[in-house]
Amino acid sequence: MKIKLCLCTLAIISWASVAHAKVNIVASTPEIGALAQEIGKDKVEVLSIAKPTEDPHFVDAKPGFIVKLNKADMLIEAGMQLEIGWLPNLVLSARNPRILVGKAGYLLASNAISPLEIPDPSMDRSMGDVHPMGNPHYMLDPLNGKIVATRICEQLCQIDAANGNYYKENLVDFTKRLETKLSEWQKMLEPFRGLKVVSYHKTFSYFAKRFNLNVVGTLEPKPGIPPSPTHINNLIPMMNNEGVKLVIIEPFRERKTPEFVASHTGAKLVILPIMVWGIKGVDDYIALFDYNIHQIVSALRG
Amino acid sequence: MKLPSYILFLCILIACMGEWLFTPITVYGEATSTTDKDSQLISTTEEQEKDAADSKEIRIRKDEFDEIVGQLQGMKELLLTMKRDYEVRLNEMQEKIVALEKERTQTTDVVSQPASTEEAPIAGTEDIPMKKEEYGAVVEKIQKMESDYNIRLKEIQETYDSRLEEMQQKVAVAPQPASPEAGKWSPEQPITLLSTGKSYMNISFDGLFAAAGSTAEELGSLSSGGHDPNQRGFTVQNLETTFDGAVDPYFKGQASIVFQIDQDGESLIEVEEAFLTSMSLPLNLQAKAGTFFTEFGRLNPFHPHAWDFADQPLVNGRFLGPDGLRGPGARLSWLAPTSNYTELFFTVQDSQGETAYSFRNDDALFGREAVETSVRSMEDMLYTQRVTTSFDVTDETTVLLGASSAFGPNSTGRDKDTIVYGLDMFWKWKSSYASGGFPFVTWQTEVMGRRFEAGEDADAGLSNETLNNWGAYSQIAWGFKKRWVAGFRVDYVDGLKEFEGHEEEEEEEGHHHHGEGLGFERLRFSPNLTFYSSEFSKIRLQYNFDDILGNDTSEHTVVLQFEFLLGSHGAHKF
Repeated sequence: MKIKLCLCTLAIISWASVAHAKVNIVASTPEIGALAQEIGKDKVEVLSIAKPTEDPHFVDAKPGFIVKLNKADMLIEAGMQLEIGWLPNLVLSARNPRILVGKAGYLLASNAISPLEIPDPSMDRSMGDVHPMGNPHYMLDPLNGKIVATRICEQLCQIDAANGNYYKENLVDFTKRLETKLSEWQKMLEPFRGLKVVSYHKTFSYFAKRFNLNVVGTLEPKPGIPPSPTHINNLIPMMNNEGVKLVIIEPFRERKTPEFVASHTGAKLVILPIMVWGIKGVDDYIALFDYNIHQIVSALRG
Repeated sequence: MKLPSYILFLCILIACMGEWLFTPITVYGEATSTTDKDSQLISTTEEQEKDAADSKEIRIRKDEFDEIVGQLQGMKELLLTMKRDYEVRLNEMQEKIVALEKERTQTTDVVSQPASTEEAPIAGTEDIPMKKEEYGAVVEKIQKMESDYNIRLKEIQETYDSRLEEMQQKVAVAPQPASPEAGKWSPEQPITLLSTGKSYMNISFDGLFAAAGSTAEELGSLSSGGHDPNQRGFTVQNLETTFDGAVDPYFKGQASIVFQIDQDGESLIEVEEAFLTSMSLPLNLQAKAGTFFTEFGRLNPFHPHAWDFADQPLVNGRFLGPDGLRGPGARLSWLAPTSNYTELFFTVQDSQGETAYSFRNDDALFGREAVETSVRSMEDMLYTQRVTTSFDVTDETTVLLGASSAFGPNSTGRDKDTIVYGLDMFWKWKSSYASGGFPFVTWQTEVMGRRFEAGEDADAGLSNETLNNWGAYSQIAWGFKKRWVAGFRVDYVDGLKEFEGHEEEEEEEGHHHHGEGLGFERLRFSPNLTFYSSEFSKIRLQYNFDDILGNDTSEHTVVLQFEFLLGSHGAHKF
């Protein structure tokens, strides 16, 4: 009887391990998950924790993710304290030694990029919820995407050496496509070099830097603090003086304030997804920029 | 009571002196070790000594060195982008030149073509000087731009070089301040006890206060929780300092020390939790050891500042105790290898003390005098089991269900046991387009029962009996607008036996049941409204309508609660 039971368990275990022959990757945000998918293609199973449409600073640490992390071969964290409010407890409960800091199965994506807006040491929370390590929305710069993809490839090759060449080929292919697209995007936005824009949150700093846009203000008076009437009353004349042509917001923001500001300044309001799948049709990392750049260009031309 | 304040004073003293005390020590440590090395090196060659000194210099100023390297990289990137920019523009110009040249050759071609008509050459000759002029102007402009760019690039290169040199000098100069004096605290310097990045511990402080008004003269007798507003006027509900961090690759540690000011104005210190959790046990197991909140039900493990209401549900206070069920012990949990989340918890804890309220509590329940009890065997410990499972109903809604039981001896007599059991449910809806976590709706319900074997107390004229009681609460929180949450809770507990039938005698004695509140059957309705000014502060207004069914009275209470959080940003549980 006991032997039978043992055999049964063994059979189940071996079946389970065969069924999960793909490398299980959990990414904290969808755009990082999308990169992992580009590199791993059909050899990996990718799950992104944050929903593409929601504010990535506030994600529910649903217990279901504990199970996913428990079975993960690799965890990719965006870092720079973006996930500080929800990921640590999940990782702790997941009790998975493969994805702990220092292991090949753990990748802190922000480690490889050069951060923007690292706050002055004299800054504190009276300035709003400032991220002490810098602005965490770095994936909106395609070149950072390239860097992160390279890092994903490196660590994926460590975990799954057998498919190393496959991953490397995918990386080369992806990088090539991204670079071609990047010069295309830059050409498209070249006529608008130095264009002054206003965003809701400091989400588009990296994007603006790469494509030579100039973010002159935010609808939030301070990071994480919702727009106040006083701030908006100061912002509108400033925008009129500066000749701001665009107001950029993420899909999950309320529309009332941005619309009000746009109508009082003559600026166009564009809603740009910041994560892959944030809007229908945006299914991969390159499509995200394709969509956003076309939105901007058509808003400015129209 | 004076002892805690001394400890507090000592803590503050240590905190203030921290920087001054600790930093020099480490520097001394470093210095002594290097001098040791130096003394050894005396016998060796001078060159080696120099090397050792060099390595020492760099190691000591590593943070600055890293910073410099970072700055250099930043500058390098800047320069590169400038260069790229410059190249792109240069290319454009060259293209323009080429285009213009082409145009010119075309026009000259037109000119050089044999003039068949008379108008053509005239038109041509008219065109050429104009074009030439234009061309010359453009070329001049381009040349000017080019030289401008060259100058600018040179300037940048120069500043870059000079700054590089400066920094290199800085690095070279760096070792000098590494003497003990440099680490000494001076009044101009801010006292930085712990800063993220440098230390290996997160520290945070949470202050929770309340102002209350009530029709009940003794508000404390109405509330069942140790952190509830306990008097008319102000209450310091909870001042909590939390430390947490990775202990080593195998454990994570956490400690919560709570300060309170009681009704008499005395400061109290309480070690609420201090435990470590394993990170990588095999077989999906996880161990927790130390002193901690028992994983019983939904609310019990949550700290007061994470509650949706200003006070504890009545049933929690009555069965799990005013301060919640907690104590020294160990816990093992197992995550089932299923596709949805299911976890089993098994906890062993000490069964005595006021935080094991329904168990070997010094103040025995049901009017009995506590009997001296001791742990004779493993059976006299407090055992808690819990199973919890969760699944997503839709993409936006998630349910968490749980069942728990706690089993242990109580202090009303030998071999007298208590079982507390409960079912809990948590349901949450959150919009896919949530901004700042809003909007959302949560619904949380717990039902608990207690089977209490009360021993004989001859002095009080009480005989052996088994007492069964139950209670429940159900609460809804609706984050209807960013930063705003409206809540509603219904509480119910049945009447304890001692309060049934002889109200008059017991009403006076009611105060003896401290923290338990009135033992009558009670129904309570609590609507509230919370404003989260940020993630780190909140203001809450709550109204409690207390219908004390047991003695046909009712009480009204209004509480204004406020909270602030300093320091590291804790992660939220679901």
